Amino acid sequence: MKSHAALAARFLKDPERARWHDEALWFVREKRDRLARAVPGWEELRDTAHAIKRHALANLPMYLEEFEKNAAARGAVVHYAVDAVEHNRIVLDILKARGARLLAKSKSMLTEECGLNEFLEANGVEVVETDLGERIIQFAGERPSHIVLPAIHKKKEEVGEIFHRHLGTAAGESDPTALARAARAHLREKFLAAPAGLSGVNFAVAETGALVICTNEGNADLVTSLPDLHIAVMGVEKLIPRSRDLAVFTRLLARSATGQPVTAYTSHLLGPRPGQEMHIVIVDNGRSDILKSARFHRAAFCLRCAACLNTCPVFRRSGGHTYNYVIPGPIGTILAPHRDLKKYKDMPFASSLCGSCSAVCPVKIDIHRQIVLWRNEIVEAGCLGRVKSAALKTMTAVMRRTRLFAAAGALGRRALRLTPRFLYNNKLTIWGATRDLPEMPAKSFRAQYKAYRRTGKIEGDRM
Amino acid sequence: MKGVRSHADPGSLGRVGLFIPCYIDQAYPRVGMAAVRVLDRLGVRFEYPEDQTCCGQPMFNSGCFRDAAKLARKVLKAFRGFDSVVCPSGSCTGMIRDYYDLLLEEEKDTPDFRRLVTRTYELCEFIIDILGIEEWEGSFPHKVGLHQSCHGLRGLGLGAPSELVVPGRTGKVKRLLESLGGLELVTLSRSDECCGFGGTFSVFEPAVSSFMGLDRLADHERAGAEIIASYDVSCLMHLEGLIRRQKKPMRVMHVAEILDGASA
Repeated sequence: MKSHAALAARFLKDPERARWHDEALWFVREKRDRLARAVPGWEELRDTAHAIKRHALANLPMYLEEFEKNAAARGAVVHYAVDAVEHNRIVLDILKARGARLLAKSKSMLTEECGLNEFLEANGVEVVETDLGERIIQFAGERPSHIVLPAIHKKKEEVGEIFHRHLGTAAGESDPTALARAARAHLREKFLAAPAGLSGVNFAVAETGALVICTNEGNADLVTSLPDLHIAVMGVEKLIPRSRDLAVFTRLLARSATGQPVTAYTSHLLGPRPGQEMHIVIVDNGRSDILKSARFHRAAFCLRCAACLNTCPVFRRSGGHTYNYVIPGPIGTILAPHRDLKKYKDMPFASSLCGSCSAVCPVKIDIHRQIVLWRNEIVEAGCLGRVKSAALKTMTAVMRRTRLFAAAGALGRRALRLTPRFLYNNKLTIWGATRDLPEMPAKSFRAQYKAYRRTGKIEGDRM
Repeated sequence: MKGVRSHADPGSLGRVGLFIPCYIDQAYPRVGMAAVRVLDRLGVRFEYPEDQTCCGQPMFNSGCFRDAAKLARKVLKAFRGFDSVVCPSGSCTGMIRDYYDLLLEEEKDTPDFRRLVTRTYELCEFIIDILGIEEWEGSFPHKVGLHQSCHGLRGLGLGAPSELVVPGRTGKVKRLLESLGGLELVTLSRSDECCGFGGTFSVFEPAVSSFMGLDRLADHERAGAEIIASYDVSCLMHLEGLIRRQKKPMRVMHVAEILDGASA
């Protein structure tokens, strides 16, 4: 498995594409800014959302019980899955019991996290993603590069090529409207044919047992209402106490995610429609462990809005596929190590710690602080790497002794002044490959300061 | 001093310590000296304790909290007995204020520690918030692009981060610079995007780091900046390195150098 640094370097080999990717997401970030500024009390809304999440997740057992009771009263069957394996098994069993071999699916990052599609396909169930972006990458045999805009890394010409191969659109056709039309015709067949539909969940309301699904394409509404079997899957953290809490979250969600005032569809499902079976699978898959952690529990507050991806200067310039975990970007960076610290040890280092992620997060997760705390966990687990560890240890040893530091500094500056610049400003050094080192002054600050206090004059180099 | 409006009496600040971060000491002494002259001109009586080196940020940002703690302890010792500390670096100030509590568990509740982490100020912040000076009379007839380094911006609040919906969206440093005669602050298309330095990030992820820096340079260049200014010379070291390699017609200056140069 290649590190983020290596994969990002490869991504940046095509600077034009990298800038296109950066601009596309920055456009969304700017839309988000404009929309956020139009809402009175935006920052208070974020505080309130944070407080609701903290409260709901601190009282999870109570709200789970309340939700289950109310959802069951409306005719839904509630299942609990402790992990991905159990989640996949429950979904397959429900499908098998009804003999369903075709599943129409709307977008769900949880199923990506659990590897549901691969599991179902291996067990003879055809899975059709009905979100346009998800369908594109399903055709391409890739994983989402972004949690809200899964095919953001594909240009329209590439989508045209994929549709030409899979849907028989005209070769070279890359007009978005024509391609969307072709996808719609194709998906309509699937909607009508599928005996079962599976959806994710944005919010589950404890006091009513309602599921709330926020989408833009209307595909989730077809998936949840057309088939006689609807399976909704959700992480435990989707639970909110009351309907009125939705007023806070729906105001934040679409603005943060895509810079829309609200998603085109905000569907409230209060039990199955007549003649339909509804199953709700509530999944833990490590969330309880996150909630138990003093340093990292707030990561579980995440709404999966992707505002932190859109704003992240590193994500925009490296793309979602350079992060090895299923959820990329800043939020993925603080979720992945919970899954496997060693496997994802490069991710927390794929950040300049600029803090923009924490500042856009609608539920105020301290993302950049958690990133640096994860770096500490990696160091403590002995996973930083020998060269980096040794370099930092040496640096510390020098910095602890002021005289040694001053002497080493003098030596280093002298060496740099005497060495021909091409020897260090070159492709073979990490810094010097792209950047010149500063020209080193003859005297340090401490030396200049002493002389200044003695003589009242500034010596040495001024600009 | 003449030409500067001050609300606080610079002589009544108690013992003020000057913290000059390691890389300024060794690579950018001119920034440290500019800070010294600015403070001198404001009539601030301060001391420069010599037994100081590094705030520990490179180790901390790399996750080596134990190593960072050793240096945090050294900073604590160097400034024991001081009423406040001034430092011409947003990120080193942020390191002390925002993160030392994670490093020094034992010392956390001592008065010396509390004083250090609540009363260490970045230079501009010290001028604006402590001395109450918001306008700097003097002239600096140049087109300047302000690089709002992340830790000072989002950590210390030296500016108004573009992500937040906060009233009166002009940052402190921006106001100070705008008060200079002839100085034109250029409008960037991205007002506060990270330059990609990020401490050890610049060598752990050199490709992304450099790419981010080049994008910042392009923004400043398009806006017509002659000078990129910041309150963090670490970001400027990275940007300057790229400027020189690309042979761009721009240069970098610390805000202290601009204030010093303007009032001279």
